[in-house]
Amino acid sequence: MAIFLTAASRVIVQGMTGSEGTKHTTRMLASGTQVVGGVNPRKAGTTVTFPTGDVPVFGTVAEAVAETGADVSVVFVPPAFTKDAVIEAVDARVPLVVVITEGVPVADTAAFFAYAQDNGVRVIGPNCPGLISPGQSNVGIIPADITGPGRIGLVSKSGTLTYQMMYELRDLGFSTAIGIGGDPIIGTTHIDALAAFEEDPDTEAIVMIGEIGGDAEERAAAYIRDHVTKPVVGYVAGFTAPEGRTMGHAGAIVSGSSGTAQAKKEALEAAGVRVGKTPSETAALVRALLS
Amino acid sequence: MDLFEYQARDLFEKHGVPVLPGIVATTPAEARAAAERLLGESGGVVVVKAQVKVGGRGKAGGVKLARSADEAEQVAGQILGMDIKGHTVRRVMVAAGARIASEYYVSLLLDRANRRYLAMASVEGGMEIEQLAVERPQALARVAVDPRTGIDRTKAEEIVRAADFDQQVAGQVVDVLERLWAVYRDEDATLVEVNPLVLTEDGDVIALDGKVSLDANADFRHPDHAELEDKAAADPLEARAKEKGLNYVKLDGQVGIIGNGAGLVMSTLDVVAYAGEGHGGVKPANFLDIGGGASAQVMADGLDIILSDPQVKAVFVNVFGGITACDEVARGIVAALGILGDEASKPLVVRLDGNNVAEGRRILTEAAHPLVTLADTMDGGADDAARLASTAA
Repeated sequence: MAIFLTAASRVIVQGMTGSEGTKHTTRMLASGTQVVGGVNPRKAGTTVTFPTGDVPVFGTVAEAVAETGADVSVVFVPPAFTKDAVIEAVDARVPLVVVITEGVPVADTAAFFAYAQDNGVRVIGPNCPGLISPGQSNVGIIPADITGPGRIGLVSKSGTLTYQMMYELRDLGFSTAIGIGGDPIIGTTHIDALAAFEEDPDTEAIVMIGEIGGDAEERAAAYIRDHVTKPVVGYVAGFTAPEGRTMGHAGAIVSGSSGTAQAKKEALEAAGVRVGKTPSETAALVRALLS
Repeated sequence: MDLFEYQARDLFEKHGVPVLPGIVATTPAEARAAAERLLGESGGVVVVKAQVKVGGRGKAGGVKLARSADEAEQVAGQILGMDIKGHTVRRVMVAAGARIASEYYVSLLLDRANRRYLAMASVEGGMEIEQLAVERPQALARVAVDPRTGIDRTKAEEIVRAADFDQQVAGQVVDVLERLWAVYRDEDATLVEVNPLVLTEDGDVIALDGKVSLDANADFRHPDHAELEDKAAADPLEARAKEKGLNYVKLDGQVGIIGNGAGLVMSTLDVVAYAGEGHGGVKPANFLDIGGGASAQVMADGLDIILSDPQVKAVFVNVFGGITACDEVARGIVAALGILGDEASKPLVVRLDGNNVAEGRRILTEAAHPLVTLADTMDGGADDAARLASTAA
């Protein structure tokens, strides 16, 4: 099974003809993802040749969906055009839109998220690495060769920490690993992923990676306490982050006494989640659970 | 980006939010001139206010009344150069005085949990809002704001009702809220706060003090925001890093850090701090995320900044090659050390994993640079770097 993304997912790429879009479409195709089309109004009717074969370019998302039956769109367009791209995908009723673009104004994200939510469309991101269900499908920029399928579900605000954790647990493998992004407003939250992993018969244990800023981890802790029966192991980055400074991710900032890594760790532990002090200790906790 | 009060005041004025006259001054003489201009029209009193991006300046002695130009010059002299919670006062705002009948609070901010905006309002203004929220939560109205519709008249009236403003001021507060929304929307703010919003004895509602944070991601549609940046306050290394397009935050420690990806770098700082506990308490010296495609030039720029920090005694390069290939990173390190030459004088511990790691390690092993050692794991590399920093210190 896996969550949100399976071997049956049919994926279109908004921004496929740009340099990032082309590079990552090549990678997605190489890892077996069914990329069925790209979207670029100026190049409608053409095809792009990849090592695995040709992929058609459509003028609009609606056309691409009508022609290909796509049910996932991945967005690589620049920040200034991201809002319109997501709204176009929502209007075409694509049920899952994965926004890789970094640097989207938060007002734009707030607007397209509200629109997607009203129309029953799931958004992942922005400013995220996407998601991978190893052996089935890979949407975004997560390297497909770190690990294979397994029974661990992973949800993380950080891309490279996702890769690090997949690498630490590469012998065990993952059902789905999803990077939800580090912006202040994101489409899919830790809680959404936890709920999906709880329902997924192929997921046996869940790793949740958080970082400073906001209170998403605290809310996830409350959700775990009340709704999650599967074992959850947590990790939080940013114990040494100073107050009032943005640490790389736009949302990663300690404001006064709120958003600290310590508070998040304590909230998770109070909900019965084992929290690792380092990525390697976190991996060891997962390993102990599954052995 | 957080703005100074005077910058917030200017944005308020631009969008029609009622504010009092205020003039910024960087010397006592400028403060005197400002007071001379303002005293006539403000009932014989001005307020000299320290401009710092931190709360509690009143208690720290950073806000003083002056009843003459002489007095304004004198108090400005006291306030300029003052240290308020680690922030040096480089400018004051001389503002017209107001006779205050009541103090209120209003703000617009991101609601991260619900992924929309939130308006907060209270008729009990003037105190720290965190304190009010804890002590008298019922006195702080919270009204959800849809990002698509924002604050129109109906929404503003809803906020005013929820906070229970008096009938006599309700109309004015509704106007103020609509205009504050214009600030929030048109300037791409993530926070607009007025504390206090006051009712004067003359019956006018005025924003007496404001706080505004702007979304850096929206800078591309606000070229005018660039001049709001406080370049003087930035750490010199941070300023240099910014010019090079590097995501660098200076910290107070001895182990320089370079990594890829914000989460992994934050995690690296933590792991180095834990390792440092066993090595005389050395700490991470900085946050530096070189991002996805770490070219030799980016690596050289990053190393150059970190090695310019006199506190740094050793450097830990921690890269997980996802999209980035480790061989490129390794070539980057070798090239960077070549570019820096004798300026590279501190030991470098390098941990590489992921994409093309074998080739990356081979390149570094073959280069056999005397300052570079390879680590097998993130924990091991952090420990090596902390040990090297503590023995060098």
